[in-house]
This record gives sequence, C-alpha cells and structure tokens, in this order.
Amino acid sequence: MSIAANPRQFVIRVIFISMAVIMLLRLFFLQVVEDKYKVMANDIAIFRKVVYPPRGAILDRRGKPMLYNERVYDLLVTPATVSKSLDTASLCDVLGIDKEAFVKMLTRTRVKSGPMRKGVFIEEMSAQQTARFQENMYNFSGFEMAERFRRTYPRASAALMLGYIGEVSPEMLKKEQYASYQQGDYTGMNGLERSYEDVLRGQRGVHFLERDNFNRPREPYKGGELDTPEIAGKNLELYLDADLQEYGEKLMQNKLGSVVAIDPKTGGILAMISAPNYDPNLLRGTERTKNYGKLYKDATKPLLNRATQAYYQPGSTMKPMTALMALDVGVITPSFGYPCGGGYYACGKRIGCTHTGGGHAANLRLALANSCNAYFVHIFRLIADAKKFGGVKKGVQVWHKYCNDFGFGHPTGVDIPFEMSGKAPDTNTYNKMYNGSWNSCTMLFVGMGQGEIALTPIQLANAMCIIANKGYYYTPHFVKSIGNNPKDPLLQPYMKKHVVTHIPDTFFDVVAKGMQDVVERGTGTVAKMEGIEICAKTGTVENKAVVHGQAMKMKDHSVFVAFAPRVNPRIAIAVVVENAGFGATWAGPVASLMIEKYLLDSVSSKRKHLEQKLYNANLVNRYTYAIDSAQRLRDAIRREKKEEVKRMADSTAYAQDSIRAMRFFNKYYIKKNK
Amino acid sequence: MSAQGKSLFSRLDTTTLVLYLSLVFIGLMAVFSVEYRSTDPSIFMMNKSHMKQVVWLGISLFVGLLIVFTDSKFFSSFAYLSYAVGILLLIVTIFAGSDVKGSHSWLGPPGLRFQPGEVCKIFASLALSKFLSSPDTNFQTLRHRLIGAALALIPAILIVLQKETGLALVYFCFFLVMYREGLPNIILIIGFSLVALTLATLLIDRLLLFIIITSLAAIGGYLIRRELKRNVSARILLVGVWLVCMLFSQVMVPVLFKYVLQKHQIERIYSTLGQDVPESYLKPGQKKDEKKGNVSDYNVKQSKIAIGSGGFFGKGFLNGTSTKNEFVPEQHTDFIFCSIGEQFGFFGSAILIALYLSLMLRILYLAERQRSSFSRIYGYCVASILFFHFAINISMTIGIAPVIGITLPFLSYGGSSLLSFSILMFILLRLDSDRQVMIR
Repeated sequence: MSIAANPRQFVIRVIFISMAVIMLLRLFFLQVVEDKYKVMANDIAIFRKVVYPPRGAILDRRGKPMLYNERVYDLLVTPATVSKSLDTASLCDVLGIDKEAFVKMLTRTRVKSGPMRKGVFIEEMSAQQTARFQENMYNFSGFEMAERFRRTYPRASAALMLGYIGEVSPEMLKKEQYASYQQGDYTGMNGLERSYEDVLRGQRGVHFLERDNFNRPREPYKGGELDTPEIAGKNLELYLDADLQEYGEKLMQNKLGSVVAIDPKTGGILAMISAPNYDPNLLRGTERTKNYGKLYKDATKPLLNRATQAYYQPGSTMKPMTALMALDVGVITPSFGYPCGGGYYACGKRIGCTHTGGGHAANLRLALANSCNAYFVHIFRLIADAKKFGGVKKGVQVWHKYCNDFGFGHPTGVDIPFEMSGKAPDTNTYNKMYNGSWNSCTMLFVGMGQGEIALTPIQLANAMCIIANKGYYYTPHFVKSIGNNPKDPLLQPYMKKHVVTHIPDTFFDVVAKGMQDVVERGTGTVAKMEGIEICAKTGTVENKAVVHGQAMKMKDHSVFVAFAPRVNPRIAIAVVVENAGFGATWAGPVASLMIEKYLLDSVSSKRKHLEQKLYNANLVNRYTYAIDSAQRLRDAIRREKKEEVKRMADSTAYAQDSIRAMRFFNKYYIKKNK
Repeated sequence: MSAQGKSLFSRLDTTTLVLYLSLVFIGLMAVFSVEYRSTDPSIFMMNKSHMKQVVWLGISLFVGLLIVFTDSKFFSSFAYLSYAVGILLLIVTIFAGSDVKGSHSWLGPPGLRFQPGEVCKIFASLALSKFLSSPDTNFQTLRHRLIGAALALIPAILIVLQKETGLALVYFCFFLVMYREGLPNIILIIGFSLVALTLATLLIDRLLLFIIITSLAAIGGYLIRRELKRNVSARILLVGVWLVCMLFSQVMVPVLFKYVLQKHQIERIYSTLGQDVPESYLKPGQKKDEKKGNVSDYNVKQSKIAIGSGGFFGKGFLNGTSTKNEFVPEQHTDFIFCSIGEQFGFFGSAILIALYLSLMLRILYLAERQRSSFSRIYGYCVASILFFHFAINISMTIGIAPVIGITLPFLSYGGSSLLSFSILMFILLRLDSDRQVMIR
C-alpha cells in the first residue's frame, strides 16, 4: 500500500486541515477582531458591592449611649438548596410559626428573589427565635442567619433631638446635597441624625466582586485592588445629660410644654424636653409608617419639637430683659420705683397687677421679686418714648435691637434642624398692624412679655445664659465632640463667644439679685432650696385659642426661667407648661427640681412631694383635642377647596381641548371623505 | 523488520504519546481552573472535579498499560464479539438505563455510571476494521457496503432511541473511514450536498427553494442538453436528482422536524443558524416567543462571551471571570473549550487546535504505515472519531455548529469519555508497535 496509490487519504487530510482553519478564522474573529464580548464579560461577571460602614453612635456627657447600632438577625433562605428531607415541623417549632405560614413565606421568598439566590425569610428575628435557631442551625440546610444593624435608642428618650434615619426619597435624590446617595440608602431625617449626617454616616466602601451565573457574588475581583474601603461613622459626644433628660421627661409627662437647660459657660444643652415625648424606637424598621401616622395624627402633637418650634409669649419672664434695657438706656436706675396700687392706668385702661400693697415696686429688685406689671409696662414706655431717641417709632426700634441682642426674633442656630425664629416686633410690625397710627400705649404689653412678642423655649433659655454670663453667650448646641475631637470643623460655629451687649456688669448684678429675690421672697419661692442661690423669674402667660370660630381665653401658660448658682452659674433653664396656670405652680417646680438634680445629683427628701405632684398631674386639657380636631377640619376644608378649583380648571381645559379636536376633525377629515 | 527487535515500550510511537499526554494535561488544567477558588485550602481536594479526573487518568493509564501488554492479535480476534456485547449493552440501556439530564443513555449504579454509547465506539471501530480488512469482503459490492454502513448505523439507531442524538451522530464519522476504503466519491459529495440542502431548507422559504432547485435543474439541463438528447440515463439522472432534492427539501426535512426531532434539538439547530423556530415546527403547547434566548441560545451566548473576552493572549491562568463563575453551563464537560479560550485567548486556542490537528494527522500517518489493513482501518476510525468530536465540540462553543452534547476528547471532564478515548489511543499504539505483523 503506497501512499501515492490512494489519493483519498489526502482528501481526508484536507478535510481535517480545512476544519481547523475554519475554526481558527472564527476564533480570530471572536477573540481578536470583535470587542463587544470583553465588555459583556465584565458587565455580567463583576458585581459592584456597596459596603455600608456602621453608623456613628451618640453618647451623652458621661459616655452613656443614647443611640447606637443594635445587632439584629434576619433569617435568609436559598430555596433551591433547601433539602427535601428538611424537618419542616421542627423548623416551624424552632421559629414558632405554623406550617401554613412556613409554606407561604417560602413561596414568597422564592418569588421575590428566585430559587437560586438568598432571600429574606424572616426579617429581624426575635431574640428567642435567634437563640433557638442558632442552636439547631445545622439541621436546616439552605437556611442561614444574616447579621444586620439597626439604630436603637437604649434610653428611649430625647426622641426629637436625636432624630431618626429613613430611606432617601426620590425627591431628595434629585437635590445636590444628596448626590452621593442612592435609592435605598438611609439618611438622617431629623434631629442630630440629620444635622450630623455627614460624620455619622462615614464613607461607603465599594468592593468589586466576581459573580457567577446566578448573580451570586463570589471572590474579590483582581484580589480587591480596585476596592475602596469603607470608613466607619464617627461617634457624637453630647453635652446632654442622659439622666437629667430622662428625669425631665418624667417630670413633664402628661403635660404639654418644654424644658431647655443649657450650660451657660459653653452653650452646651444639658437637657431638652418637648412634652409629650414618645419612644423613638417606634420610628424604626418596619413599624415606622404605622407609628408615624399615629404620632402625626395625635392631637398633642408629639412630633412638634416645642423647644425649638413652638412660640410662647414670655410673659413675666421678659421682665429681667426689659429691666436691663431700661437700665442700659438710662431711663431708670436700680433704685427707680413706681407707685403701683394694683394696676397701671396711664393709658386709659387698667393693666392689672397681682400685688396691691404699697411699695411692692419701690425699686427694681422689689419690682422683679414681686413681678409688678405696672412697673415694667411703665419702664418699657420710658424706653420707647425716651427723649434721646426722638419718638416712639425710633424708640421701639432701639428696643427691637436689644431684643435681637438677647437672641429674640431669629433662630439661635442650635444644631438640630427646623428651628423657628420666634417673633420680636419692630416699628414696621406696628406700622402694618395699626396703619402707622400708634404710640407706646398701643403696644405697651410687650414690656411685660405679652402682645406681639413670641419666643421659643430655647431662646428663653439662651437669654438666661446671657444674663447668667453677664452679657455673652455661646450658641446653644448638643455636640461636645465628634469622634473625641472637640475641635472638629463642624463645631467651630459653637466655639465662638457672642458678646451681644455692652451692658455694665453692675446692671446684670442688680437684675440677678432681683431674680434671686424672686426665689427668696418673691413669686417663685417654690424653687427655693438650701445651699444654692437660684436666680429665677416666674411667668404666667395669658393666651388665646380659636375654638369654634371664636377667640377664647385659655388657661395661662406656666413659665419659669432660672439660672443657678448666682455666682459662677452652671445651668440656665427655661420651662414652659402649657395651659397649666401660675408660673410658680407647675413650671417652677420642674425647673428647680432639674436644677437640684443637675447640681446636686439627687433631689432632697424635703422636695420629694413636688416630684410626686408633678408625676401625678395630668395637665393636658380636654379642649386640646377639640382645638386640634377643629384645626384639622379647617385644614381639610381648605385643601378640599383648593383641589376643587384645580379640578374645575382641569376639566374646563379638557373640555376645551376636546371641542378643539372635534372641530379639527370635522374640518379636515370628514369634509375630505365626503 | 528492524523495529521488531526492540522492546515493546520503545516501539510505541512517542510523538502520539506526547501529544496525547499534553492534551490530557491541558484538560486537567482547564478543569482545575474552572473550579478553582482563591479560598480553596489546597489544590488537592478530592471532591473537586480535577482530582477526580486525575483518578480517571490513572485508571486510563493503567488500562492503557494492560492494552500494551495484550497481544495485538487479540483485538482483531475479539472484534465481533466485543461488538455484539456493545450492541447488547445498548439494548439493555434502552430498557434499564437511568435518566441523567434528559438522556436515557447511562447504565450502572450511581457513581459507576457509564455511557455504553461512548464505549461502543471502540467496539464499532474494531468490528468495522475487522469486517473491512477481511479477505472475504469486497467493498466494491453493494451488499458489503450496506453491511459496513449497518455496522456503523445500528449502534447509532440504538443510541437515538436513548435520546442521545449527539452521541449517535458520532457514528456517522465511520463513513469517512469507509470513504477511505473505497466508498465512491459520489457518497461524500451527496453527503455534503444533503447537509447543504438541509441548511437551505431551514433557511430559505419552501416555495422559493422549489423555484431555485427547479431553475438550477433547468440550467443544468440546458448546459448538458446534447447529452440529454443522446442519453436516456442522463435524462433519468437529471430528473432523479431534481426529484430527490424536491423530496428531501419539501417532504423529508419538514417531516423530520415535525415528527422526529425533539423540541430542544429543533431549537438548538435554529439558534445556531440565528433564527427563531418557525411556527410550523413548534410542538403543540409551545408558545411562539418563550422569551427570546432559550436555554441553548443562552449557553452559546455565554460561551461566546467567555471565549470572546479572552482576547489575543487571554486573561491569564485562573483569571477567567466567566468560566470560573459558572456562567457557561456544562463548562467542565462539553464547554471546556471556553475556559481555554477565556484564559489563554486566541494564542492558546490556536495552539490547542494545532495540537489536535497534529495528533489527528499523526494518527493518519500511523495508519498509512501499517502493514495490515485491520490496523490501518482502525487508525482511520480513531482519527475520524477524534475529528468528529473535535470539530463539533469546538464549533458549537464558538457558535458555528448546533449545540450537540458531545465531549472534547481528552479535555472534557468525565471518566467514560477519557477512558474510552484512552483505550482507543492505546489500542492504536499497540497495533502500531506491531505494524510489521499481519493481523487478520
């Protein structure tokens, strides 16, 4: 058999070789010429995993946690890997569910994330479920636990101040400040969580992982060289005293109102209470929507931070400021007296004064101690009508300037969002109100803290700081240090000393003495305690509300401001209890108990009865609910009207459009087809 | 007779042995790279495919050693008997086989399962060689040609009955052997024409095809019009060819697609051609548009992505993102070529193809140098089987052939594939070492 004798073996060789050549050509085209496969391979095979760092915790002044990340476990299942021999009954027993629910949940997971991928079977297992499952885990292949962190408030206090986190909404994502967020990310929605979002959040890491055909991430791509590591969020250390805060919240239970306590030396907020408060743990995870709705609808408005958002007329607590202004302007001296006989009649109408006895306003200290309305209305008029300003309109402007110096009429700049500015009227306000024709008699009430002036409790507390410090303040703020760094750039604005007035120290001393007299022998003796010189001022604020279309005089707000000790003060406090009565009856005890608690760490047994009285009192008036529902009804009607107008406009536009279309149709279509 | 004096081992063909071992080694590496994870504690993990494959390689080499020690006449003597046993096994499989991934072609208890269809290739090769080399056989007669065809096709039919069409197709490679041994040229031409006609039938509208074939016949008739006038048989031939083409394209293929082929086979064929399955071939209950991109389409697409992403030099060993993460289904068996293509790129793929081509051409060279026709024909059988597997397997991974589930010789993971190819090779080496001896 010679090779040449049989040409067919060459045919076969040619077939073999040509097949190989065809393959090589195809491979060359696939691998070298065409580019798209490389791109496609990267797209399908590399998974960009965003790693969220743990969010920073919030600690009180003693390092007690107020908000941190709690470890919770989800139960995950990969439906395809659940073995057929799974002991369903025992798993149900371990998890405490019945078999029907089990099947239902498994089906749901399978539908949601497919049979090959892990899906959530139970979200946030209870502690009991976690423990029992952990023990028996090896029995249940296909099921596994996944660790997750959720924000938790161990002391369940200071809900509005700490705030909460929520998923970024699509509207927020459009804004520039949320450029680094993605759908599904969480962000601080309120309180400190919102103000310090940037430092609490830390920096997300991005890990590139290879993934397989079921989209399950596997190992790091290129050994992780392209990854960015995540950076944990920083902790916030607060000035807030968690015990004081809790105590204050307890004192304020079943009341409406607010307490703000500030350390005058630093501007650090020691406690901020808005009553009623709620358990912040309600507003997290799956429960949020339900509970938020409930809180939102509550007539007592627990979601309103009364400390920074509610307006109250300061009432008599304005009097120390008025006195300082009058002293500084020079219209009075500390020995200035007013012969009050139980009222002020100079403007043709009576302004009542609770004291009638002669000499209760014989000098400034006495007038302050006895809170003489006539005295302060009078000295206010002296300021407004002072000859050196030339006319009431200029005088009121000077008064307005003083108000601004004391921090009224603009937000204090506290480090939680949505603070309101309060109201400090000026000449323009009255020009508008009275069409330009007014004089100091028209608005003399502001001198005693009634009328057009309205302050938030934090402004009131801040004003106390100014008096305590004799003329300066630091912007009230919560955060002492960020990640143990008290010089963080975010805290710079709070380190600036604001010297607001140049009122001589002697005037402050006089006013402080007067305020001390309030406690020693004046209207606020309830706050008196041994060993501490407290300077305070009571306030009983008349207020009105619209009920059933009529302005109705409501029970007075009970207001109390104080700082202590008089020399070298360590705490300044403002307390408002809505519709409760005299300042000394309700707000006074709250303030003095908190001062005692803060300065002495405990409340003496002599004053326990005050505590009991406060714990037991329920000062939420019935008409609060009536006013609220009436208000909501009005809002609903207004909304309805607005929508009605819009609907009308829409339907008119629609009708016009269809008429136009009909005409067009008739003109161009029907005619042609005739 | 100079080679006769040397020892048995030194008479084995070293080139073939080296090519064989290098392919097996590449296969091990490819299987290893598919399952390797950087988190693996060590590379010697018995539960991984590559280690199982190492065990199978050991078994294969041991069997190869046994073969080398066997007398070369043994193979021809027991050719028919082994063929009979093979057929018997295939018949048993039809009734007693177990289902693995939709095919009914596996026999034996779990863990020791093997495909009789795979092993039967060896027996069929031996039997065909024995038959064709027999002095009583005159391959120029139609009767003996039919017997030869039957020897190749009976196993194929039995395997089709086991729903393993891909493996059955392999037996058609014996026609290449028979062509070498004297099957007329026309058979090869007709074979290729039928493939072309089938493709045309699938791609071109039936009425249009009718017109094209008829006009082709008319043009042909015009060109040989003088011949037609003179010769009756020429006229009969022309009309006959035309009729056969008609019959094939208008009747046979539609019937085949409608009643014989399985749904997934039809889909595979059409997806290879880049077409949707026409409505007339849809099985009852099957919807027209079951999401574009059915399973086989997905396989080919993923396979092309894996290979295409390799580029010229590839991503480097163990850096294949697509193959390592199981994007390509069956990647350590039928689609093992993907991991080569992805990790070593065009460069590596070309080397691999060159290795295969060298092995096949070397086998042809060995076959042609045999003194006995039994050995020669057997050599052609081995080369043809290798060629068929190689051509179909690689073509399907790069999207130029339908996805037919057959393995890539020596590379694909799987014991019965490696063992049967090793046996094929070692028998050839044994026969070659005694090439001066006449074997009947």
